[in-house]
Amino acid sequence: MSWWSRIGNVFRSGHLDREIDEEFAAHIEEAIASGRNPEEVRRAFGSVLRQREASRDVRLAAWLDSLRADSVFAWRQLRRHRVASAAAIVSLALAIGACTTAFRLIDALLLRPMPVSDPERLYVVAFTGGGVAGGPQEWDSASYPMFERMRDALSSSADLVAVSYVDWTDVSWGSEEEIEKAHLQYVSGRMFPLFGLKPAAGRLLTGDDDLKPGAHPLAVISYDYWTRRFARDRGIVGRRLRRGETLLEIVGVAPKGFAGTETGTMTDIFVPTMMKSPTVLASPNNFWMRIFAKLKPGARPEPVYGRLQATFQQLQVERARTFVNVTQAELRQHFEERLLFEPAAAGRSNLQREYRRPLATLGLLVALVLLIACANVSNLMMARATARAKEMALRVSIGAGRGRLVQLLIIECAWLALLASGIGVLFSWWAAPFLVARINPADDPARLELAWDWRLFAFSLALSAAVALLFGLAPALRASGVRPAEALKGGEDPHKRRRVMHALIGVQVAFCFVILFIAGLFITSFGRLSNQPTGFSADRILNLQTITTRPQPAAFWNQLGDKLRVAPGVDRVALTLWPMMSGESHTMAVSINGVRVSERPCDLLNVSPGWFETMKIRLIDGRDFRADDADPGVTIVNRAFAREYFKGEDPVGKWFGFLGENPKSARLQIVGFVPDARSRDNLRGPIRPTVYVPFEERDAAGAWKPASRGTFVVRTAAADPLTLAPALRKLVNGWRPGFHADNIRTQLEINRACTIRERLLASLALFFAIIALALGGVGLYGVLDYSVLQRRREIGVRLAIGARAIDIARGVTLEIFLAVAFGATAGVLLGLVSARYVVSLLYEVKATDMTRLVAPAVGLLGIVLMASLRPVFRALRIDPAETLRVE
Amino acid sequence: MRKPDSLQGTLDLLVLKILSRRPGLHGYAIMTAVKEASEEALRIEEGSLYPALHRMEEAGWIRAKWTTRDTGRRARIYDLTASGRKQLAAEESRWQKVSSAVNLVLRTV
Repeated sequence: MSWWSRIGNVFRSGHLDREIDEEFAAHIEEAIASGRNPEEVRRAFGSVLRQREASRDVRLAAWLDSLRADSVFAWRQLRRHRVASAAAIVSLALAIGACTTAFRLIDALLLRPMPVSDPERLYVVAFTGGGVAGGPQEWDSASYPMFERMRDALSSSADLVAVSYVDWTDVSWGSEEEIEKAHLQYVSGRMFPLFGLKPAAGRLLTGDDDLKPGAHPLAVISYDYWTRRFARDRGIVGRRLRRGETLLEIVGVAPKGFAGTETGTMTDIFVPTMMKSPTVLASPNNFWMRIFAKLKPGARPEPVYGRLQATFQQLQVERARTFVNVTQAELRQHFEERLLFEPAAAGRSNLQREYRRPLATLGLLVALVLLIACANVSNLMMARATARAKEMALRVSIGAGRGRLVQLLIIECAWLALLASGIGVLFSWWAAPFLVARINPADDPARLELAWDWRLFAFSLALSAAVALLFGLAPALRASGVRPAEALKGGEDPHKRRRVMHALIGVQVAFCFVILFIAGLFITSFGRLSNQPTGFSADRILNLQTITTRPQPAAFWNQLGDKLRVAPGVDRVALTLWPMMSGESHTMAVSINGVRVSERPCDLLNVSPGWFETMKIRLIDGRDFRADDADPGVTIVNRAFAREYFKGEDPVGKWFGFLGENPKSARLQIVGFVPDARSRDNLRGPIRPTVYVPFEERDAAGAWKPASRGTFVVRTAAADPLTLAPALRKLVNGWRPGFHADNIRTQLEINRACTIRERLLASLALFFAIIALALGGVGLYGVLDYSVLQRRREIGVRLAIGARAIDIARGVTLEIFLAVAFGATAGVLLGLVSARYVVSLLYEVKATDMTRLVAPAVGLLGIVLMASLRPVFRALRIDPAETLRVE
Repeated sequence: MRKPDSLQGTLDLLVLKILSRRPGLHGYAIMTAVKEASEEALRIEEGSLYPALHRMEEAGWIRAKWTTRDTGRRARIYDLTASGRKQLAAEESRWQKVSSAVNLVLRTV
């Protein structure tokens, strides 16, 4: 009984009424049976209705009952105006869905703590300094000796662990031939106990599994990989996996939910850091890992940071002593580098860094879309409140309090918001994974844990409550403030209500303008970025990235190239190390006559004879490589190289060398000169000075060096090179044991991958701009239509006494156009202010450029005209006789 | 008893006491029981009885169930619960205190 039964009775109120009535009837019958006069009994009992009300109020929660009654009534109201309600719900749902999606992405990438013990005590070491490109840059790569020194310096106040960047690498679970891709990460063995992780099967690594270089051929796989690849087979413990020449034994499975610390990438295989190659481990100049620090309980981050900073400065001094051939500027830059100590509860990844601002911007855009939708619904409710003024007046007359009226109206809004939220959450259920899958290239998409948990539930509930209040409160207060006498007479001041509506229109227009403006910036940036010349032709190019289990002599690589060349559908074939713009690069410092002429290093790319022809890069001067050319010896350089090191003159026939301990410091001759072609995946910088060297390499003794990787660049005869992919893959894999076609991508696909973030931003911004325009148009139309309807009588009278059409049109639209103009002005200002925030996401687009305002203005003007045409014509077609007759 | 509320809780006390002696009474029987026990001096009105019964039921002091009577009509009969027994004891001692206090005043003044 008690509360629960009272709440329960609210939903059984019909049953409750019957029960009470039956009890009363039994009472009266009993009294009559005991010999009393029926008339007298009934009189004594009094009004059954009042008795029932009294009992009813006792037996159920009255406030809840009124809520229930209001909900039912509100639901009927919504169903009565089915079309308007559906429009409101759909537009809200779209906006709420977009907001929820943005929240899910932001939460999963940036906010949600990793499933480790005490994530709030977790920090990551990062660095900042003047980068090569000018402005201050931030990075978080560290070397192993650096980590060791910091670990030992901090042993009393924090535990440090090393975690490598995730490798998208080739592993084999069976024979050498069956190679597949997996995400592999080197981690300190101590990471597992430090993070408080418990194995799902077998055991996890400990500090004892990570002591001596090369001595711990062990691995732990993630729960996700265990599920996807092995269907949670417990027999996995003890199995071996091959990675290159190394065999690793699986000792266990990490707990569910933990997939490494690189948010956005799910690690499949964890390997002790000691299994990294000994030279890399010992090198102070190889930066291949991040340093995570977990504060000991009660330790403050500031002293830990101070200690780390001091250790880092000392390391910088020691490193500087080993430098040779560095300029003063470079040395100064080296000593200006500082250590940063940043919270890492949500993990740490480049994806976070790249997408923090874009996601925040998109979040802002969708919030504006939501506000536009709210303004629409608010106006709708406002218009409906006018129609219901008489109903409200009647309610007040028979004793309804203002609070009760507000409750009634807010509940209507709550219905709208809840329904919209429900649909919106469903929308985000589809949209969030859809977007995540589009973040990275299709062959290795980003993966985020998009959980359905209390965070999402709380967010959507809070959002719908906020939305309901936002669009519902003003109309509710206004409608409930009705003065019965005036309303029943039919004479409330209509202008009062219209002023609020016009203000809302102004707000909508302002937000709409901001969205259009920002979207325009993103779209232009994306266009400029993807349309800039690359210097080569990506058309019909297929890249066969090929690896071998053991290094293979150049002769075999060439023979395989010949074999591909005669395959059906193949036009040309050349060999290089990696495809253009694929993100891999190799840099060297150039010296001329033993002197370093420029601080800027150049890029190096190994290519076979015929590569330039295949990529349609024509020679400006000199010759292509010949079959008997080998590296080091002859080189071909690009225009940027000539500009940087030879004052832009034709460098064919000139000589230069590379700095460093490398045998390449031998004198190199330039035999060819080519135009610039983009080899890096960073489209924002200029094309770098590039040296092309022959694919075949000879060591210092002059012997051919075997190669274990290469990329066959195939130009196909067919327009879609992917149609040849299966046949060519078969050809490579079946040619001779050891060769394996690892990754086959078209050049167009690789080029597109360089602008994924910009494409995503531009297409989402465009999508939201269209939604915002549509919502704004609908809102404007609704308000105009409503005001024409409301002023029908006035317009009728004006027409009757001979007003001109133009005056009527102006009368109807003037106020609203003023609101639009005000909104647009505010929008321009807001847009210019907010554009400053997105500058880093733009490319060759200036937000202050006034021409950027033209497209949004035209779009807005178009939608305003479209929205006002029908209401204006409707106003002009008003028949004075008819309107006046109605009165 | 014209105004049961004038001595708050008196109605509850009477109903609980009656039900503790004679469990399983319906509303009309409770009314007549009070009338008879007080030798017609106290009379509960229907308008007060049923809200009080329903309130005590929600409070968990009494429990109701439907029984079918000989006439074929259902009747809602009431029983005391454990917490109702406790409440009765509390109400009784309160009543004793109040009435002895009133008596004291009447005697001394």
